Amino acid sequence: MSLDRSDVEQIAHLARLQIDAADIDSYSDSLNSILSLVDQMQATNTEGVEPLAHPLDAVQRLRADEVTETNQREALQAVAPATEEGLFLVPKVIE
Amino acid sequence: MEWEVVIGLEIHVQLSTKTKIFSGASTAFGAEPNTQACAVDLALPGTLPVFNENALRMAVMFGLAVNAEIGKRSVFERKNYFYPDLPKGYQTTQLAEPIVGPGFVDIETDDGVQRRVRLHHAHLEEDAGKSLHEDFHGMSGIDLNRAGTPLVEIVSEPDMRSSKEAAAYARKIHAIVTTLGICDGNMAEGSMRCDCNVSVRPKGQEELGTRTELKNINSFRFIERAIDTEVARQIDLIEDGGKVVQETRLYDPDKNETRSMRSKEEANDYRYFPCPDLLPVIIDDSYIEAIRETLPELPDARRERFISEYSLSEYDAGVLSAYRPQADYYELVAKQSGDAKLAANWVMGELAKFLNQNDTDIKDSPVSAEQLGGLLVRIKDNTISGNIAKKVFELMWNKGGSADEIIEAEGLKQVTDTGAIEKIVDEVIANADKQVEQYKAAEPEKRGKMLGFFMGQVMKATGGKANPGAVTGILKQKLDALCD
Amino acid sequence: MFDKTLAELAQGLERGDYSSTELTQAYLQRINMLDSQYNSFITVTEEQALAQAKAADEARAAGNSGALCGLPIAHKDLFCTQGVRTSSASKMLDNFISPYDATIVSRLKNAGTVTLGKLNMDEFAMGSSNESSFYGPARNPWNTDCVPGGSSGGSAAAVAARLTPAATGSDTGGSIRQPAALCGITGLKPTYGRVSRYGMIAFASSLDQAGPMAQTAEDCGMILNAMAGFDPMDSTSAERDMEDYTAELNKPLAGLKIGLPKEYFSAALDAGVAEQVRNAVAEFEKLGATVKEVSLPNTELSIPAYYIIAPAEASSNLSRFDGVRYGYRCDNPVDLEDLYKRSRGEGFGTEVKRRIMVGAYALSAGYYDAYYNKAQQIRRMIQQDFVAVLNDVDVIMGPTTPHPAFKLGEKSSDPVSMYMEDIFTLSLNLAGLPGISVPCGQTNGLPVGLQIIGSYFAESKLLNIAHQFQQATDWHKQIPAGVEV
Repeated sequence: MSLDRSDVEQIAHLARLQIDAADIDSYSDSLNSILSLVDQMQATNTEGVEPLAHPLDAVQRLRADEVTETNQREALQAVAPATEEGLFLVPKVIE
Repeated sequence: MEWEVVIGLEIHVQLSTKTKIFSGASTAFGAEPNTQACAVDLALPGTLPVFNENALRMAVMFGLAVNAEIGKRSVFERKNYFYPDLPKGYQTTQLAEPIVGPGFVDIETDDGVQRRVRLHHAHLEEDAGKSLHEDFHGMSGIDLNRAGTPLVEIVSEPDMRSSKEAAAYARKIHAIVTTLGICDGNMAEGSMRCDCNVSVRPKGQEELGTRTELKNINSFRFIERAIDTEVARQIDLIEDGGKVVQETRLYDPDKNETRSMRSKEEANDYRYFPCPDLLPVIIDDSYIEAIRETLPELPDARRERFISEYSLSEYDAGVLSAYRPQADYYELVAKQSGDAKLAANWVMGELAKFLNQNDTDIKDSPVSAEQLGGLLVRIKDNTISGNIAKKVFELMWNKGGSADEIIEAEGLKQVTDTGAIEKIVDEVIANADKQVEQYKAAEPEKRGKMLGFFMGQVMKATGGKANPGAVTGILKQKLDALCD
Repeated sequence: MFDKTLAELAQGLERGDYSSTELTQAYLQRINMLDSQYNSFITVTEEQALAQAKAADEARAAGNSGALCGLPIAHKDLFCTQGVRTSSASKMLDNFISPYDATIVSRLKNAGTVTLGKLNMDEFAMGSSNESSFYGPARNPWNTDCVPGGSSGGSAAAVAARLTPAATGSDTGGSIRQPAALCGITGLKPTYGRVSRYGMIAFASSLDQAGPMAQTAEDCGMILNAMAGFDPMDSTSAERDMEDYTAELNKPLAGLKIGLPKEYFSAALDAGVAEQVRNAVAEFEKLGATVKEVSLPNTELSIPAYYIIAPAEASSNLSRFDGVRYGYRCDNPVDLEDLYKRSRGEGFGTEVKRRIMVGAYALSAGYYDAYYNKAQQIRRMIQQDFVAVLNDVDVIMGPTTPHPAFKLGEKSSDPVSMYMEDIFTLSLNLAGLPGISVPCGQTNGLPVGLQIIGSYFAESKLLNIAHQFQQATDWHKQIPAGVEV
């Protein structure tokens, strides 16, 4: 599998990354070399092997349904780029 | 051409847990913006989710209530997309291994169509925040209080064939989740939201037509209207030689039209994969059975019991059992008054009228079930008439207090003393020569109808408190005596 | 004094040779004087450190001092530290003052440690050379033209240059062990789930694990005692009893069964590294261990599997950096998409963007089965290989890295050649196993690391083995030329 410029642009869009037009070729080269590295996997027969998502076969623990968090808006919004009236501001959301 | 409508629903039900699905922040409705959005909800770097045991329990309750297979292993996945109300850039949801597998519910529409609607599955996921579009210098404001509220998304098969069926199905789901107590059912606050997948096909055709998805409909009435509007649009489009495009559409109740949501329409590639911050949720039979033990009586069972135990009509039983607080209220009134039919009439009649007029949920009724029961007892023992009871009820609603207190304070006790009634009847007859003459002149079989005038006069004189049965008897007896 | 280990400094504090305040002042002064050569710190937290030192001295005076009370350490800059910039070495978080402490940070605070500052690293821990840091690369104290390794390069360089007696690190594919090897220090990656991930800025959630980096195994055990343990805030945290990781350090090694995977001693291995590792193994035989050859047949596949799984998880983990609630926001975004694309495009460096794109592609519709699912299957095969071998031997040994430290810039233009440097380390992350890198020799004046791999939760055993080796050898005591102590 080999990625061309438009594939790279498409992936960059999917990941919401602005990539300078001048850099697209170098990204596509390095992505292709990584993909050819990972394509080594394809020769391996993995039929019937259960995928391993977590190294320990642990199961999800449950949390009691009790409120543990208090209002920390001021502290949490101290690091926000733009807020007003307790809201995070973003360019207009069009639905 | 005759068209068949095919509808499937995706219903999002907010679970009434105290805290978020993956954090210890409160889920209470109506807080100041972002005061219930903790570090986890804001997706601060380094924060991690831990699953709320109550969300799991409630989802299992729902599954058991809709005859579904419960997933003994369920897995949270990430649905990746960028939106400002989605702080992590992905929604934690379930896809391949949901908590609730295939199930079904039986529905019946107002006009008597019965159908079994199959559920494809139901899964747990987190709600998003809200974008507020008031103008902040051309910007939108983001409130993440709702972000992370637990949802169960209930996905039906495309089994419904009319907007009425869709609404009946939504009502049934509403009845189930409120009966289970896993959702407050408040559609206006968004506690239950419906997406409707709608398509049409020529009657008899096997293959499904292209569907559109109507998003975020938040009332039963709008479900019907939105679907009707969309069906008409699709049929017009096809009959004019056009093609239905698979897309998401928004229903505008003000204009009664649906319109395309282009901004969300971009081909999405959600890149689902198992959430590595959460582990598989494993439950066993004993966990499931312990929950089954705690299930309250479900609407269908309660409806059957109302028919057999209280001899209610199917219709009355259906209405009264659909909403748990109402069904509970009704049963208390029935027990208190000892008259199930009278109780049904009052709960569905006078009480419903007042609740509607005042936009009040039955849980918040100013007249309690005990109080209404007490009122009905006074009708039954002839202390007051049905008409007076309505007056008493209005006072109970507006001022509070028990029926007995109001009857006493307002002097509304029915006059059943025949001596007193006779005295008044005599006065009425003495002052109505003309009507007495007409009565005497009338054919005996027509005289009954002429009692009304005298009845009215007696009631007027007693302020409505005279026992109508007693008055009728005495009037008849005295007038007929004059005729002999 | 700067050549002293954490354990020795603890004794000095106990004896009253110096106060924590004096110790802290000395290290702060040293950092200020020398770190311009190594660029190992991103942020020095002088004021906080002195306040913590004062509190530690008071606690000691009041008789409330634990093993770590008053000892200076420093944190890799991906552990959230309340009130202190936590950057993950990214422009994206250059302005991010964390409003909360990571679990390990608060545990170490509660143990009385003094935080000297935040250490340099590869941006978002993505790298093996520390060259992807927004703050410029940290440098290897053994040769400042060489990389210190990565991603915990600042941690390794700071310990090697004796700017801090110990540091925290994180390891997703070798990010503790590889820089420890390249800088001649000791670094332990614990079993997945042993140390809480809460408050550690995620790279790849199913692989990330925090651990200690210090001069000696004993010091690592002391730090791990405070770091490790169940955390209810982390769903993947292991529910196990705590243990004292220093309790078994002195157990003799007689009868220890060591496996040497033949795949680790292939042609790709630098001859000098191979020689030092073999010498180390011979040392263990002297200590009573027996050695046999074993096989981990899927070793080569760990690179492709890792370079799918890690970027896939990272692509999703890093979606939260969107310029909305914290972190870098581009100037004057014209609309939402512009906000996202420019904030992320300008805020992330090249390697981070590259990995996000690889991950997004691997998860995208149509490729999931061929890439992500396949990689997870291979992951299980790799795990099963390890489990089988570790049923047969007590521990596996081999080189930590195929080469000693390479020159800055040497591999930065070719990501794949950089990825190959992780071949011996990243399979442990895929399997979730613990591993420790111990200095075991030098080649061309650069340190060589021996990796010891154990069964799940065998941290005590690994520390015991490493400590016994360090009792018998003095490679861990070597100090780079030019580093004055």
